[in-house]
Amino acid sequence: MQRRHFLAAATLSLALPPLARAQAAKLRVGLMLPYTGTYAQLGTAIENGLRLALAQGGGRLAGREAEFFKVDDESDPAKATDNANRLVTRDKVDVLVGTVHSGVAMAMVKVARESGVPLIIPNAGANAATGPACAPNVFRTSFSNWQTTHALGKVIAERGQKKAVFITWKYAAGEEAAAAFREGFEKAGGTVVKELYLPFPNVEFQALLTEIASLRPEAVGSFFAGAGAVKFVKDWAAAGLKDRIPLYGSGFLTEGVLPAQGEAAEGIVTTLHYADSLDTPRNKAFRAAYMAAYNKVEPDVYAVQGYDAGLLLQQGLEAAKGDPANRAALLAAMEGAEIDSPRGRWRMSRAHNPIQDIYLRRVEKGDNKVIGVAWKALEDPARGCKL
Amino acid sequence: MTRLQWAAVAAGLALLAAMPWFADKFAVQFASKVLIFALFASSLNLLVGQAGLVSLGHAGFFGVAGYVLALASPEYDAAPLWSTLAMAVGVAALLALAIGALVVRTRGVYFLMATLAFGQMLFHLFHDGDFAGGSDGLQIFARPAGTLFGVALFDLEQYRHFHWVVLAACALVLVFLARLRASPFGRVLDGIRVNEHRMRALGFATVRYKLVAFVLAGALAGLAGYLSACQFGVVNPESLGWHQSGAVLLMVILGGMGSLTGPALGAAVWWGMELFFQGFTRHWQLPMGAVIVAVALFLPDGLAGLWRRVRPPRAVAAEASVREGAA
Amino acid sequence: MDLATFFIQLLNALQYGLLLFLIASGLTLVFGIMGVINLAHGAFTMVGAYLAWSLAELTGSFWAALALGIPLTVLLGAAVEWLFVRRLYARDHLHQVLLTFGLILILEESRSLLFGDDVHAVAVPALLSGSLPLTDTLSYPVYRLALSGACLALALAMAWVIRATRVGMMVRAGASNREMAEALGIPIKWVQLGVFSTGIALAGLAGMMAAPVSSVYPGMGNQVLILCFVVVVIGGIGSVKGAFVAALLIGLVDTFGKVVTLEVAGVKLLPQLAGMSVYLLMAAVLLWRPEGLFGRRP
Repeated sequence: MQRRHFLAAATLSLALPPLARAQAAKLRVGLMLPYTGTYAQLGTAIENGLRLALAQGGGRLAGREAEFFKVDDESDPAKATDNANRLVTRDKVDVLVGTVHSGVAMAMVKVARESGVPLIIPNAGANAATGPACAPNVFRTSFSNWQTTHALGKVIAERGQKKAVFITWKYAAGEEAAAAFREGFEKAGGTVVKELYLPFPNVEFQALLTEIASLRPEAVGSFFAGAGAVKFVKDWAAAGLKDRIPLYGSGFLTEGVLPAQGEAAEGIVTTLHYADSLDTPRNKAFRAAYMAAYNKVEPDVYAVQGYDAGLLLQQGLEAAKGDPANRAALLAAMEGAEIDSPRGRWRMSRAHNPIQDIYLRRVEKGDNKVIGVAWKALEDPARGCKL
Repeated sequence: MTRLQWAAVAAGLALLAAMPWFADKFAVQFASKVLIFALFASSLNLLVGQAGLVSLGHAGFFGVAGYVLALASPEYDAAPLWSTLAMAVGVAALLALAIGALVVRTRGVYFLMATLAFGQMLFHLFHDGDFAGGSDGLQIFARPAGTLFGVALFDLEQYRHFHWVVLAACALVLVFLARLRASPFGRVLDGIRVNEHRMRALGFATVRYKLVAFVLAGALAGLAGYLSACQFGVVNPESLGWHQSGAVLLMVILGGMGSLTGPALGAAVWWGMELFFQGFTRHWQLPMGAVIVAVALFLPDGLAGLWRRVRPPRAVAAEASVREGAA
Repeated sequence: MDLATFFIQLLNALQYGLLLFLIASGLTLVFGIMGVINLAHGAFTMVGAYLAWSLAELTGSFWAALALGIPLTVLLGAAVEWLFVRRLYARDHLHQVLLTFGLILILEESRSLLFGDDVHAVAVPALLSGSLPLTDTLSYPVYRLALSGACLALALAMAWVIRATRVGMMVRAGASNREMAEALGIPIKWVQLGVFSTGIALAGLAGMMAAPVSSVYPGMGNQVLILCFVVVVIGGIGSVKGAFVAALLIGLVDTFGKVVTLEVAGVKLLPQLAGMSVYLLMAAVLLWRPEGLFGRRP
C-alpha cells in the first residue's frame, strides 16, 4: 500500500463507527500447528479441515474475510509459549487455533488464559485443558484422553474378557489413557493385570510383547499413534500374538496409518469419536467435499477436528456479529454451540469439551468399519474444572 | 577486545536498553529472549571457547533452574525473586559440581558424550518421574516479585521492566566473563585448551581449574534458565534435553567460539533466522540449513570472524601474539 | 520370569543389539576411524529407509530396491564428502558439528518436499516372511532372525577388511597419521572419499534393511542418532570390535531394563527408569574407562 492510500484508509476508518470498522478489517486467525517433524501430516490435515469449513461458509466468517497467521510449533514444548505469544503480540490475532502435541497445547492454554484471546484446540487430548486448567475462553473440538480409553475399557469387559493388560508410552497422554482405561474396565467388572510402559519415544516393543505373551491376558488394550502405532501393530502380528490374544486400542492406533499397517491391522477393535466409514449423509458430503478440495486426499479424524474448529468459530462469530471484541457474545455462543459434525452432532460440555458418541470400530479390509456405538454422548468428567 | 569493540558493544547495549521506547511489545519480548539465550550461550562458551570442553549436556543446568523456580512458586502467587533466584542458581551450581567432579576427567569427544549422558539422565528423571509434572512439565502463573527490603524495585510482569532486568543481567555477565578472560584464571583455561599436558607439567592442577569453570558455567546457565522460566512461564523436560543442549552449542559455534561476543551474535542470528524464514515458507528449515552449512564452510571463526575480517591485519596479528603468549 | 521367557528376552536383547550395530556401523567408520562428527548419520539412515520404500513401490521388489539403493547412497555419500566434508578435515571438530547439523535440516526438508510426511511400511520380502513358533503364544519373525544374521556377517566382514586387507591398512594409516601416510604414497584423498561414502552407504543400507521392521516416517533418523554415538563411544572410538560389544550391551540393558522390576526401599526404580538405563550404562563405562571399552589410552 502506498503511503498516501494508507493515510486515506486510516482517515476513513477513523470516521466509521467502531463496529463497521471491525467488519471492514479482516478477521485475524492464528494457526499454531506442527508443519515440520513427526506430526507435520496432522497439522496439514487440521488446517485443511478448518479452511474447508470456512470455504463452505462462503469464505467468510460472519461476513468478514479471514486472514491466517501461521506458526510452526515443531511439537516442541520448550518453544511453545514463545510461539503462541508471537501470534498474540506480533500478529494480534483475534482467535488462536492449535495444536496436536499436549505439552504445547497446555502452554497455549496458559497464553490464552493470560491474554484472554479465545483458543480452540483441534487435537491435543490432555485432560487438564478442559479439567483443572479449563477457562471461559478455552475450547476443544477433539476429545479428552479420558474419553476414548474409558469407553474402550467398558467395551472389553462387556465382551466377557475380564483380565487385561494395558500398554502405552511413558508420557502424560499415555498415563492418562491408562488410568481412564483402568477406571472404565474395572467399573465394568474387569481387572487390569498389568500396565506396561515403553520409554517415550522408543519403538522397540519386542521385550514387552514377550512379557505380554508370558502374562497371557484375555485382552490387551493400547494407546499408540502415528509411526509408533504402525510398528506396534506390525510387531504384534509378527510375534504371532494376533491370532491368540485380542488387541484393542484407542482409535488412534489405526487412524491414518492403516495402509502402512496392512494385513497386520485386520480385526483390531478400537474406540474413537469418528470413523471414515461412518454411514451418514453428513459424513459422506464432508468426505466428498474434502477430497474435491484437496487433490483426492482422504480426510481423517484430524481433518474432522479441524473442520469442527471452523464450524465452532463460525457459530461464535455469527453470534458476536463478526466482532471478536464482543467477547461475551462470542464465548457464550461457543459455549452453547451445537456442532453438526461429520462425526455426528455434538455439543460443548460445561468444561468446553465435546459431549460426543464414541464409536466402536473394527478394521476390515483396510478400513475402520463402525460396528456399533461404544458409548452414547460420553462426557468427560472434567475433574478439577471450576467453570 | 579492542577499544573499538568495546565501543560497539556499549552502543549495542544502549540501543537494547532504549528499545522499549521505540519498539513494539513483540520486538522487545523477542529481544529479551535473544538476550537470555545470549547469556546461556556465553556460559557455554566459557567451557567450549575458553577451556576447550565441549559439553552436550549444558541444558541440564538451564532446565533444572527453571524447575526450581516452578517448584518453589506458590500456585497462583508470585514467588520472591531474590531467594528463588539464589536457590535456582545454587541448585544448578551444586548439580554442576556433582556432575563436573565425575566428567572433567574425560577429554575431547568422551567429555562431550559423558555430559550428554548426564543431561539425558536429567531429562528422563523429569520426563518419566511424576514429581514435576512428567512430560507436560509445570506452569508458573505469576512472575517473581522483585522487592528488596519491602520496596518493589521493578515489576517483572511488565515486559519493559523484565527486558531491562534481563539486559542488566546479560551485561553484568558479559563484563564478568571479560574480566575472567583477562584474569590469571582465564589464562590457565586458555592454556588447558591449547595444551593440557604442558599446563600440568607446569604444575597447574588442571582438573581443579576445569571443575571450577564447569561449576561457573553451570551456575550462569542456571541464571539463564531462571530468566527463561520467568519469561515463558512454562518449564518442561524438553528444556533440559539434548536438543536444547545441541541448539545452544550450535549458537556458540555459529557465532564464533572463544570470542566474547560471538555466542551472543550466534543466539541473535539463530532466532532471527527462525523468525525470518518462517515468514516465507513452511519448509523454513531448508534455507536455515543452507545458511548453517555456508557458515560452517566459509567462516572458520563463525560470524564473529566477519568482524575480524574487516579489521586491519595489524590488530589481528597483535591479538594472535597475545594468544600465543597465553598458550 | 521363568526360564523360557528369560531365554526369549535374551534373544530379543541379542537381536536388538545386532540391529543397533547395523545402524551404528557406518558411524564407526566415519566417526570412529575418520574422526568426523557426523550428526547427519541418522538422517542418512532415514534417506535409506525412504529409498527402500519408494524403490520397492516402484520396482515391486525389496531386493531390487536394495540393489538400486546401495549405489545411490554411495553416490550421495561421495557427493557430500566432495562438496562439503573434504573442506573441514583440517578444522576444529565443531565445524563438522555445525555442517552436519545443517545437513540434517536440509535432508529432512528435502524428504518432506519429495516424499511428503506420511508414515509408510515396507513389505517383508516373501522369502523371509514366515515366523518360527517359540512358545504356544509367541513366535519369532524370520526376517528379524535373518536381519541378525546379516548384521553378524557385516560385523565380521568389517573387522576383516580393516584388520587384514591392504585397503584396511591404508585406512588405518590415514586415520592415525595423515601426513605420514601421504608421504608413503597412500592416495589419502581417495581413501577418505572411499571411507566416507562407505560409511554413508552403510547408514543408508541399515535404513533399508531395517525398513520392513521399523517402518518409514519423518524424523526417524533423529531417534537413532544419539544411540549410534553411544554405541561408538562406549566401545571406544575407532574400534569395530568395541562397537559390536557395546551394541550388544545396550541391547541387554534396554531389553531387561524394560521388563525386570527393581525395587529400592519400596520405590520401583525399574522399569520406571528404563528410559535412562542406556545413559547410566554410558556414564558408568566412561567413568570406569574414560576411553571406552576397547579404545586406545591417550
